[in-house]
Amino acid sequence: MSELTRADVAHLAGLARIELSDDELDKMVGELGIILESVATVQNAPIGDVAPMSHPMPLVNVTRPDEVRPSLAAEAALSGAPEQDQQRFSVPRILDED
Amino acid sequence: MTNELITASAADLAARLAAREISSAELTQACLDRTAAVDGVVHSYLHVDAEGALAAARAIDERRAAGESLPTLAGVPIAVKDVMTTKGLPTTCGSKILEGWIPPYDSTVVTRLKAAGMPILGKTNLDEFAMGSSTEHSAYGPSRNPWDLDRIPGGSGGGSSSVIASFQAPLATGTDTGGSIRQPAAVTGTVGTKPTYGGVSRYGLVALASSLDQAGPCARTVLDTALLHEVMAGHDPMDSTSIDAPVPAVVEAARRADVSGMKIGIIRELTGDGFQAGVQQRFDESVQHLVDAGAEVVEVSCPSFTYALAAYYLILPSEASSNLAKFDGMRYGLRVAPHGIDDPSAEQVMAATRDAGFGDEVKRRIILGTYALSSGYYDAYYGSAQKVRRLIADDFTRAFEAADVLVSPTAPTTAFAFGDKIDDPMAMYLNDIATIPANLAGVPGMSLPSGLAPEDGLPVGFQILAPAMQDQRLYAVGAALEARLLSAWGAPLLHSAPDLTAAGKGA
Repeated sequence: MSELTRADVAHLAGLARIELSDDELDKMVGELGIILESVATVQNAPIGDVAPMSHPMPLVNVTRPDEVRPSLAAEAALSGAPEQDQQRFSVPRILDED
Repeated sequence: MTNELITASAADLAARLAAREISSAELTQACLDRTAAVDGVVHSYLHVDAEGALAAARAIDERRAAGESLPTLAGVPIAVKDVMTTKGLPTTCGSKILEGWIPPYDSTVVTRLKAAGMPILGKTNLDEFAMGSSTEHSAYGPSRNPWDLDRIPGGSGGGSSSVIASFQAPLATGTDTGGSIRQPAAVTGTVGTKPTYGGVSRYGLVALASSLDQAGPCARTVLDTALLHEVMAGHDPMDSTSIDAPVPAVVEAARRADVSGMKIGIIRELTGDGFQAGVQQRFDESVQHLVDAGAEVVEVSCPSFTYALAAYYLILPSEASSNLAKFDGMRYGLRVAPHGIDDPSAEQVMAATRDAGFGDEVKRRIILGTYALSSGYYDAYYGSAQKVRRLIADDFTRAFEAADVLVSPTAPTTAFAFGDKIDDPMAMYLNDIATIPANLAGVPGMSLPSGLAPEDGLPVGFQILAPAMQDQRLYAVGAALEARLLSAWGAPLLHSAPDLTAAGKGA
């Protein structure tokens, strides 16, 4: 089992798009270490040739007829938008300037 | 109690509404009055919709007066857990990231409540995104246990458990990912069911862990729980995991309350060590009641349950880290600009928004899930957990060959005090040790009160588990046990809870 370092947690937070403060990072490293140690016990279970289970019920693909049906109007879909412009979600820049 | 309408069962209220002895407007107003009197101390609600509830109640009264034939629970008001979308009413999931969000659509559960003619009183508190066992992780402050205001009402559905235990509503909705309906029911002396996975639509239910989440009913009696179960359940084309089969006959089973000849399996791994003495004592007494009612008791072993908690706290964070990616400050909810950056990028805004909008527990689980799913660790963590999940499902299959239902205490202890476990995530997680296996395997489970623990006078929960799609067995066993306990106690357990209006004046 690997030890989680502060740098690891900072990296994971970056992947999860959460800007943690230094204090939060310090706290998180210790807590996650304890939790990971506990959850790692799954590796001690007799799971050698067991098939993984992702879902509690047997899943079958569900389809429906390709028919137009009512959906949210643009106004409703945009009703919670932090910013909107010309009936679209307005977002910060997605590219670097240079 | 000032008004007996607020303590009556939903079944009784429904009958009196149908007979036009009472009106829905009168009943709904009695609930709202009770909320005005006690919710200042209990804090079950994040939002109360007095106007909407009364308008819905008056509409039902008019339809009834016009002679229309109405569904059984028409006119009986209900509180909705704030993780289900309600068109026109705020839906926060107990998180700052959704503060003030008003969804443009109703969840299927809410659509069904409205179709059943049930006025919606308001939205109940929960641990943020349903992550917790105490409501201490709600961004809007905890709900309190009506039995002792210094103690937790359970979680995540502590708003729903306390709202019915404090007689502010006869019914409430819940969601259960690892025990969030059953553990709150246990610590507040109320009843709650997690149906078979897929039994109730998840459409419009803000997802925590999609393979574990299941919505279900909360009430004060087994029959009331069944009546609400029947309203909420059933196939929904909007949820591709919804079961396309008739709803199990839960109301009929609750009315018959028959356990004669039934085999009740005691799960060896979920009794004894680690369970509070009074919890174990009330459990043993309840088992004896079921024997007296004609059931046969066997002991079953589910050895893989030992690993259930560990598997759950890998699978849940993994799914949650993916499900909560949608809260990015782009289309709805909070948007926060990072400090000291001119013209920030979308990614910088996302990271700042998620830091400001999510609480500690949510961040902890998202980062844990991100780790468990990351390349190089996936097989060791998430992969192993999925294999353990299979072992647990296999344990259930074997156990249900020996018994018709399985039983255990719902939670290892009675309600703990605020602050007791908030700084120790693993201690908090251990609360769910008896409830988690059902979510991993998808089987239905119920908690109902089995008495007060002698050492602290607080409610104890009795858990019943049944095979998938056999939800009616929960109600048969629950109703039989409830009837015997009720005659032993002489009055419903909740009648011995403290008078909250006195507490309100003192606070």
